Amino acid sequence: MKRILLFMPFLVFLVLGVVFYFLLGKDTQYMPSALIGQSVPPFQLVTLKGEKLKQTDDLPKGSYLINFWGTWCPSCHVEHPYLMTLAEQGVTIIGIDYKDQQTAAKQWLRDKGDPYALVLMDELGQFGLDMGVTGAPETFVVNAEGKIAYRLQGVLNAQSWQMIKAYL
Amino acid sequence: MIKQLLMCLTLFALVNTALAEELLTFRSELNQVRYQSLIKELRCPKCQNQNLADSNSGISVDLRQQVHNMIEAGKTDQEIIDYMVTRYGTFVLYRPQNTPATFLLWYGPFILLLGGVVLFVVVLMKSRRRRRK
Repeated sequence: MKRILLFMPFLVFLVLGVVFYFLLGKDTQYMPSALIGQSVPPFQLVTLKGEKLKQTDDLPKGSYLINFWGTWCPSCHVEHPYLMTLAEQGVTIIGIDYKDQQTAAKQWLRDKGDPYALVLMDELGQFGLDMGVTGAPETFVVNAEGKIAYRLQGVLNAQSWQMIKAYL
Repeated sequence: MIKQLLMCLTLFALVNTALAEELLTFRSELNQVRYQSLIKELRCPKCQNQNLADSNSGISVDLRQQVHNMIEAGKTDQEIIDYMVTRYGTFVLYRPQNTPATFLLWYGPFILLLGGVVLFVVVLMKSRRRRRK
């Protein structure tokens, strides 16, 4: 009995070691969205081009991406070429021009190309709040059932796409 | 010279505090107190180790504004907290909720304390019995 007790610290060490080992290398900044498994929250936003009012019903029927961007956001410059590649591959991307100015955003798309099936303006960031956005760029995957399946904070590139496309 | 320097420093300090305060008006003093305590309890979703009051990231500024709007619109503290949790998850709460998932967090220390007391008593009884022998 005494002898088993002597091994207790070692056992505790083993258990903690295993627990900590599995936590190693995890991204501490990663935060799952609170909206996973839910539908896109209702909205009424104006399109960047043509200034038409769009609602939740106007979203695509199949799976698609919702990408928050803005001309003020440095990482969005980095991300933009990859969005163009994805659009060429036939991925539907809905752009949300987040807290931005219309003229600047139009110029951006004219200069760099337009990867978006639809661009909606969220000038005050209210839709961003409803989606639980923490900044830009941020990309949500909406699956064929219309539910939010994944949220990526930061730049979408070839590496992160490998992980994301499984959710589409 | 020193006087002038002091003057400069005080003025600078005054300007600084004036800049840090956002220009918000409240309908009542109670609302202002509620605002201050809510932005201290809510965590900035972007910066992880700061609350809304401390952070100057874009999203924190927006969320502070949102808290202000909701208070002025007559929403209760619970409604505001629920609003934040549905969008940003329980992550935004610096005070963890009391749910089955956070059971160990809330009661773990007491369970450990109880275990310690039991162990202490057992050891005490054993040594007493040994002494009697």
